[in-house]
Amino acid sequence: MKTSNALWKASLQGRLPQPLAAEIDKFESEILLKQQGKMEDKVFAETRLRRGSYGQRYDNGQRHDGKESRQISFPSVHTKGPGTLWDAPGMQRIKIPYGGLNAAQLETLAELSEEYSDGIAHVTTRQDIQLHFVHIEDTPALMRRLAAVGITTREACGNTVRNVTGCPIAGVCRTEAFDVTPYAHAMTYFLLGHPDTQNFGRKFKVSFSGCAEEACALAHIHDIGAVAVVREGKRGFAFYVGGGLGTVPQQAKLMSDFVPEEELLPLAQAIGRVFARLGEKKNRNTARLKFVIQKIGLDEFKRVVAEERRTLTPDPRWTDYLKDVAAYREEPGKPAGLLQISGPADGEFDRWRQTNVYRQKQSGYATVTVTLPLGDITADQLRALAVIARRYTKETLRSTVEQNLVLRWVSERDLPALYAELKAAELALPGAGTIVDVVACPGTDTCKLGISASRGLAAELRSRLMAKGYELEEAIRGLHIKISGCFNSCGQHHVADLGFYGVSRNKNGYTVPHFQLVLGGKWEENAGAYGLAIGAVPSKRIPETVDRITSRYLAERQAAESFHAYAKRIGKAALKAMIDDLAFVPPHDSDAGYYVDWSDAREYTIGDIGIGECAGEVVTPIEFQLTACEREAFEAQLALEDGQVAQAAHLAYESMRNAALALLGWRLTPHDGTPDGIVAAFKTAFYDTEYFFDPFTGGKFAQYYFAAHEQRHQTYDAEQAHRLIEETQLFIEASHACYGRLSAQKVAA
Amino acid sequence: MDIQHFRVKLFATPGSRPHLGSAIPVFHRWIQESRVPETTIDVSNYDHVPSGPGIILVCHEAIYGLDEGKGRLGLVYNRRTALEGTVEDRLRQALGAAEAAAALLEQEPEFAGQLRFDRNSWEVVVNDRALAPNTDATWTALAPVIQKVFDSRIGAGGYSVERSRDPRDLFTATISAA
Ligand code: SF4
Repeated sequence: MKTSNALWKASLQGRLPQPLAAEIDKFESEILLKQQGKMEDKVFAETRLRRGSYGQRYDNGQRHDGKESRQISFPSVHTKGPGTLWDAPGMQRIKIPYGGLNAAQLETLAELSEEYSDGIAHVTTRQDIQLHFVHIEDTPALMRRLAAVGITTREACGNTVRNVTGCPIAGVCRTEAFDVTPYAHAMTYFLLGHPDTQNFGRKFKVSFSGCAEEACALAHIHDIGAVAVVREGKRGFAFYVGGGLGTVPQQAKLMSDFVPEEELLPLAQAIGRVFARLGEKKNRNTARLKFVIQKIGLDEFKRVVAEERRTLTPDPRWTDYLKDVAAYREEPGKPAGLLQISGPADGEFDRWRQTNVYRQKQSGYATVTVTLPLGDITADQLRALAVIARRYTKETLRSTVEQNLVLRWVSERDLPALYAELKAAELALPGAGTIVDVVACPGTDTCKLGISASRGLAAELRSRLMAKGYELEEAIRGLHIKISGCFNSCGQHHVADLGFYGVSRNKNGYTVPHFQLVLGGKWEENAGAYGLAIGAVPSKRIPETVDRITSRYLAERQAAESFHAYAKRIGKAALKAMIDDLAFVPPHDSDAGYYVDWSDAREYTIGDIGIGECAGEVVTPIEFQLTACEREAFEAQLALEDGQVAQAAHLAYESMRNAALALLGWRLTPHDGTPDGIVAAFKTAFYDTEYFFDPFTGGKFAQYYFAAHEQRHQTYDAEQAHRLIEETQLFIEASHACYGRLSAQKVAA
Repeated sequence: MDIQHFRVKLFATPGSRPHLGSAIPVFHRWIQESRVPETTIDVSNYDHVPSGPGIILVCHEAIYGLDEGKGRLGLVYNRRTALEGTVEDRLRQALGAAEAAAALLEQEPEFAGQLRFDRNSWEVVVNDRALAPNTDATWTALAPVIQKVFDSRIGAGGYSVERSRDPRDLFTATISAA
C-alpha cells in the first residue's frame, strides 16, 4: 500500500467533479469501517464491486504451487469479502464508456498502471481498462486520479449497469445509419447511479451499434442492444433485449424495430424498473434479464415494460441532450489529405496499412487501429500514444471490444509519419481484426473462475500465427479466434469463428487442462449466431487443432465461402471427426508437457492429486461413461442441425441422465433405474450433500438436470433445444469436475 | 521528503541472450522453495508485450521482474509496501534485494551462460509521483541520499549520476560506475 494516498486527496481537492469526489470519500470511509470490523463482508464486497474493485485469483490465500496447495501468509488478518483476504491484490476495472479516451486519460492510466499495478493496462472485451495486482487501500487514490481526468470506476462491476459499449468507429463509419456516440454517452450518464438501476439481482449490459451488418458493438449479446435506424428521416433504434453469453447464452430478441430517439432513455429506465422488480434476486444463476424474458415471454415482457413506461414521471434528461445531438461531431486535428507515397515501397507499412487502417467516410481521413497483443499496453506506450494522439488528432481515441485502441481522424497524408512514430513506440503491429489478433479473457492468470490458461494459449497461437504471417491465405487471415478461460465466456468465444473455453479432464490419473472447441459462431451482424462446443481437446494440442481446421477449410471451401458457411455446410460431425484423434493425452511419463498449462510451469492438478487410486488404468469406467455422454450431447447437436428438434432435446436429456448415472455408479449409490429414481438418488447423493457444487456456481448445473427432468415431456422449439444442449454440456462438464474433486479428496485421504 | 517505494533495475550485460520465458519455471520454483524473503503470490507472463515487464514474480511487498522496459533487459525489484527506517535504508534495501535476485537468477540452470547482470550500473526509480515527482525539488532531496549510498558502495567520485528530465516520468536516476 502506498504511503502517499492522503497526499492525492489533498492535492486533488476541488479538482474533481463534486459527485465523484463525494462518492470516493464515501468509499474511503467504508474501507476504514471494514478495517475496524464495522461492516459485514458481504456488504463490503458488493460496495467495492460497485466501484470496480474486483477479487483476483488466490485471494482466499490458497495457491497450488505445483507441488502442494499452500497458504499465502499475508500480514493482515482482515477480509474484504467472504473468503477474500484484505492484502490479496485485486483487479481494478475502469469504465470507459463506448471506449472514448483522450490523451490526458492515457497518461493517467499510464501513471496508475506503474504506481499501483504491474506496469500494464489491459483493454477488456467490454472496452474497459483493467489494472491487476492492486491493493484495496490504494483504490481511493487511484479513483481520485481517474476522476480528475473525467473517469469513474463507479458501477464497473457488481449488480449494476456495466460499461455501455459502442462501435469504436461510430461517427466515421462508412456503413452506419448515424453516429451513436451522443446516445451512448447520454445513456451512460443517465443510468449511472440512477435509483432505478440500483436494485438489480445481476449485471446489466447495454451496447450501441451504428448498423446491423457489422460486428462492432455486438448488439445480440447485450441486455439492451440498440442498433441505429433512420426511418422516414427520423432517427431511432432497432431495440434488442435479453441477450447475454455466460453459461447459457441467449441471443437478444427484437423488442421493437424502431424506438424513436426521444424514447430511448425512458424505455431503458422502464426496462430497468421491470428488471429490478421481476428479476431473480436470490439465485444469481438465473438473475439476468434473459431469464425474465424467458420466464414471462417476449410479448408479456413488452406489455409489462409499456405499462411501466406509462407510469414514469417525465424526466427532462430523457430529451435534453437531443438538442445537441445534431451538432455533435468530433473535430480533426489536421486538414484532410491524401496518402502520398514517395520513395521505394515499404512492405511493412503496406501490410500494416492493409489491416490497421480504415478509410473513414470523411474523405481524406482514416482510423488507425493500434493492435495490442492480448489487450496489453505498457505505461511507456500509453504515454507515447498520448503524444501521438495530440500530434496527429484532437485526441480522438477509443478502445475496442477486440482489445485494441483506435486513433480516429488521422489525415491520410500523415499515415507514414504516424506509422513511424507508432513503430518507434512498438505500437505498429499489423494484423488488427485478423486471425493473429486473438482475443482472450484473463483466465487462470488472474481470474478466480479460470479453468485453463486462455491468455497463455492466446499468446502461443498469436506467436505461431504471426510467424506464418503473410503466408497465411486471405481466407484464413480473416478469421476470428476468441478464448475464454471457462464457460462464462468473457472472451466471447460463442461468437468467434474458432472459439475456445477452458475445461479440465481427468486422464491417466491426472487432471489435464483442456479447451472445448466452439464452432458455428458469427462475429458479423452484431454477433449474428452463437456456436456450440463440439469437443474438448488438451490445451497443448489446440495449436494443432487450429492448423488442422483452417487447412481443411482452405482446401475444401467453395468459391468465396465464409468459414461460418463452410462449417454449416460440412456439418458438426465432419468437423468433430477432424479433431477426434487430438483428444488423446499421452501418459505422464512419456510427455509431461500435456499436464502443464500454457505460460505456466506448475503441474496442472487439483490439490495434490498425484497418481490416483486408479494408477495403472488408462481410463476409469466413469471417464468412459462421461465421454459417452459428451458424444450423446454432440449427437443432440447433430439432430438439431438436421432440424430434428424433439430428438435433439431427447438426446440432450438422456446424456444428462447418463452423466448422473455415471456418477451414481462410480459412488455405488443405489437407485431404482427409473428416470425419477435416478434424479432422486442423484439429488440425495450429490446435490443435498453439495458434492456436485463448485465454489462459484454452487449447484446451478445440477438444477439444469432437475429442470430438464421436470420438462422432459414438453415440446421444445429450436431455441429451447439449443439452450438445453448448452445446459447439458455444462452438466457434463460439472460431472467431470465433480469426479475430479471427489477423486482428489479420496487420494488425499 | 519521506520517500518510499524504490524501484531498482540492474541491466543485463550486452552479451546476455536468455529466453525470457525461462523465467516462468524459475520464478515458480522460487515460490515453491521460498527463495526470496517476500510473501510470494504468483508469476505473470508479459513476454508478448514488446519492451514490457517481461516475466514478473508478484509478492505482497514487491514485484520482481526479468524486465524489458524501454527495450533494455534487466532485473527489476519494485518495492510496493512501505518500509521503516530512513530513506537511505529503504534505498539500500531495494538495491540489496535487486542484487540478491540477480545473483540467484544468474545461477539458475535455465539461464546458464546466457544471463549476466552488469554490477556497474543501476537505475533507481521512485515509484510514487506524489512522494517524489520528477522535479528539481525531489532531486535536491534525493541526491544526498543517493550520494551517501553509492559513496559507501563504490567510493566518492567513482560514479556518475544521470537524471531523467521528462516531467511525465517517475523520478529516475541512473548511476554508472566510472
Ligand atoms: S471467462 Fe471465466 S476465466 Fe475468463 S474472465 Fe470470465 S470468468 Fe474468468
